[in-house]
Amino acid sequence: MATFVIRRLIASVFVLLAATYIMYNLVALSGDPLEDLRQSSAPNKEQLIESRIRLLNLDVAPPLRYFIWFANVITGNFGVTVEGRSVNALLEQALGSTVQLVTISTIVAIFLGLIVGITTALRQYSGYDYSVTFISFLFFSLPIFWVAVLLKQFVAIGFNDFLEDDPQLPLLLIAVLALVSGALWASVIPGSARRKAITFAIAAGATVALLTVMNLTDWFSSPSLTIGGVAIMGIGAAVGFTAMITGLANRRALIAALIVAGLGIALYYPFQYNLSFYVTEWWMLLALAVLTVLVSGAIGYFAGGHDRGPVIRVAIFTGLTAAFVIALDRFMLVWDDYANSGRVRGRPIATIGASTPNLEGSLWVEGVDIYTHLLLPTLALILISFATYTRYSRASLLEVLNQDYIRTARAKGLSERTVVVRHAFRNALIPIATIVAFDIGGLIGGAIITERVFGWTGMGSLFQNGLQRVDPNPVMAFFVIVGGLAILFNLIADLVYAALDPRIRVN
Amino acid sequence: MTNSSIPEPGHSAGSVTDAENNLELKEIEGLSQGQIVRRRFFRHRGALVSMVVLAFIIILAFSSVGFAFSFFGIDIRTPGWWQWTWTQIPTPQNGGAPTLSLVPEFMGGDGVRFGDHPFGQDEVGRDIFAVVMRGTQQSIVIMFVVGIIGVTIGTVVGAISGFFRGWRDSVLMRFTDIIITIPVIVVGAVVGRAVGNQGAFALAVVLGLFAWTGLARLVRAEVLSLREREFVDAARVAGASNRRIIFKHVLPNAIGVIIVNATLLMAAAILLETALSFLGFGVQSPDTSLGKIISDNQAAFGTRPWLFWWPGAFIIAIALCINFIGDGLRDAFDPRQKRLPSSRALARATANRNDLARAEALVGTRGADNQVDGSLAPRSTTTLDEGDERPTHGSRGDA
Repeated sequence: MATFVIRRLIASVFVLLAATYIMYNLVALSGDPLEDLRQSSAPNKEQLIESRIRLLNLDVAPPLRYFIWFANVITGNFGVTVEGRSVNALLEQALGSTVQLVTISTIVAIFLGLIVGITTALRQYSGYDYSVTFISFLFFSLPIFWVAVLLKQFVAIGFNDFLEDDPQLPLLLIAVLALVSGALWASVIPGSARRKAITFAIAAGATVALLTVMNLTDWFSSPSLTIGGVAIMGIGAAVGFTAMITGLANRRALIAALIVAGLGIALYYPFQYNLSFYVTEWWMLLALAVLTVLVSGAIGYFAGGHDRGPVIRVAIFTGLTAAFVIALDRFMLVWDDYANSGRVRGRPIATIGASTPNLEGSLWVEGVDIYTHLLLPTLALILISFATYTRYSRASLLEVLNQDYIRTARAKGLSERTVVVRHAFRNALIPIATIVAFDIGGLIGGAIITERVFGWTGMGSLFQNGLQRVDPNPVMAFFVIVGGLAILFNLIADLVYAALDPRIRVN
Repeated sequence: MTNSSIPEPGHSAGSVTDAENNLELKEIEGLSQGQIVRRRFFRHRGALVSMVVLAFIIILAFSSVGFAFSFFGIDIRTPGWWQWTWTQIPTPQNGGAPTLSLVPEFMGGDGVRFGDHPFGQDEVGRDIFAVVMRGTQQSIVIMFVVGIIGVTIGTVVGAISGFFRGWRDSVLMRFTDIIITIPVIVVGAVVGRAVGNQGAFALAVVLGLFAWTGLARLVRAEVLSLREREFVDAARVAGASNRRIIFKHVLPNAIGVIIVNATLLMAAAILLETALSFLGFGVQSPDTSLGKIISDNQAAFGTRPWLFWWPGAFIIAIALCINFIGDGLRDAFDPRQKRLPSSRALARATANRNDLARAEALVGTRGADNQVDGSLAPRSTTTLDEGDERPTHGSRGDA
């Protein structure tokens, strides 16, 4: 095992070295780095050219200049750009910005992709399955810059216009949404035609009711979940997770989940109107999430009886959902102030940039600002990677469902839930885990176009600007980070596979 | 590939699977491998429709404004039937709004007509139909050139390293690793910058030189398992040379993997070209491409949305068609594919098996195909589900 890892690492380092060499020469030879100076009419043109040549060692041919660059990189110095700025500083900033951009979209895309992939696999060859197949092909064929312009036009500008004065959803839209949600639930939940009709009616009715209440309470200009919303979601999560993970027959799990949800509801008022004012840094929010996991885990442990594992899991998922909903409500509390503040002026959804300049406010206001700026790029990224995850998880689950041990499990008389969740789903996750590891490695470099369209100064713009100016240093910094991560995560993907699937041996 | 009809032991238990296997056997009785593949492919309605649409787009694009390509100095030009070319600048009419109308007069529209500028004009007056057709040509040329070059290199590299193993495998695979480490969009941007002004053809050639890596790995994996099969031993005993074994015995059996991934490569190539042109590293002015049209006009969305809808629609149409054709091919070539009829169809089929046999005997294979369709024929838009779906990682401009 250790030999395998070391051998792979050594081979990878050499591969990366060779790749950087090729890349460096490609970039350096792709144009003339002095072009802008040669065309300039500055009186001290010769002098400027001279100083740039000295700054970037342009008098050394690229194949040899690589080694100067390489000697610096070994010491952790990525050099300077054409303008003489330190690449290290740029890199640090760009990395942070890109990580912020891609993290949420990846998590959401994986989550949604898994859910949709699993439901389509379970309802294989249904109308729902066909529609999702078509939609994922469509998403897969979309150029991201095209989607981005559409999103800017319809989501950002359209929604901001909608918020302008007295936002009320039109009746037609409510009717359409109700039909869509009815059709969706009816196709996902199995049963006879009569049961499907009932499902359809309930889902459509609930949608109409929810949207009407939202209209009546002026929800779009001052959104809030209130304690009622938190209670519904908390208890819903408790029941839902119990039904999914252990089945409602397991009373201990249900009780533990309900206790956790109740605790969340009880903490709603103290948190919203007192405790949350003490949360001023992001790490505090993270600490609260960890605390939630610990407390709900403990509740699950003590309520668990002889089969603790699943009960603890149910409790933790419920606790996290409740905590998330409460935090969401806290963010919503400042929405009105944020949207009407002097900087935002009633048009909250931003089309470019990573944050509103000079915006001052609490952590909660900052959070809303991040949200409004992340919304569009995140949607664009999700649309595109969602398709892949859906197809993978569907394929993977179908493959597992055809295995003999699934038939054995069914033959033993296990419930469909146990077969799917405990036997099939877990094994279907193995290949997906490796794909996820692989994708995370490719993420940092994967959003070049998205960054450009939405005006983020991240890794993509570092790369792109460098390339435009025929400036190898920032491009190579981008490449070393992206390539290094890709190689590292490739290795991790292999190890994860070997760890999860005992049939695979790493040698 | 030839054992697609042999029931797997695990699946033969139980009456339902028996019926399935019998149906499957019946369906492909007496057909060659090629015929089976063709029948399966033509049964995939999505793929069939896509073929027709793609053919229509290709003919439209190349006939309307005529070709103009120069491969490294040799110019090829033909005239087209459309009144404008992509470089002409007629005077803008009516604010450049599209004259295409599909709503008949009695329904309150302007009647069905194309008009002078069906897709509208841009600010200076260029006819967008001509411009979009030119962009479509570029995309199609890039798609095929990248496909051909990438598939050729990938197949050869994969076959050599899988077949000979040893040092040739190590060297070729490390080389593949080096190329694969460089994200395709990065290579594309760097080379695009260097050769973008030489026209789409040169750009496509260079992209093809970097686009073979994924295919090489897949072919290698396939060849590694094929070379252990008995028919390879048999060929060797009969005195066949290595080259003959590779090209006559091994590669034809890997054709499924190759063709399916070729389509994925082609779809990725289209999106890659549009992404590069959008970033300004692809096709350069005065020539145009679909990505470049969108990039040039993205600010005009509020005032002239047609500058934006038409090129986007053509990109999506081509990519979607290719993806569906790829799906159809995957269905057709996959030997593991279980053709699962719906339970209703299966019940009916089991009951009427004798009738079916008689019907088939009566109308012959082609007729039976139609007869069976609808009742037995599996719904064929389905089988994206089987493995190997690792298409365009990294090569999708953005993900």
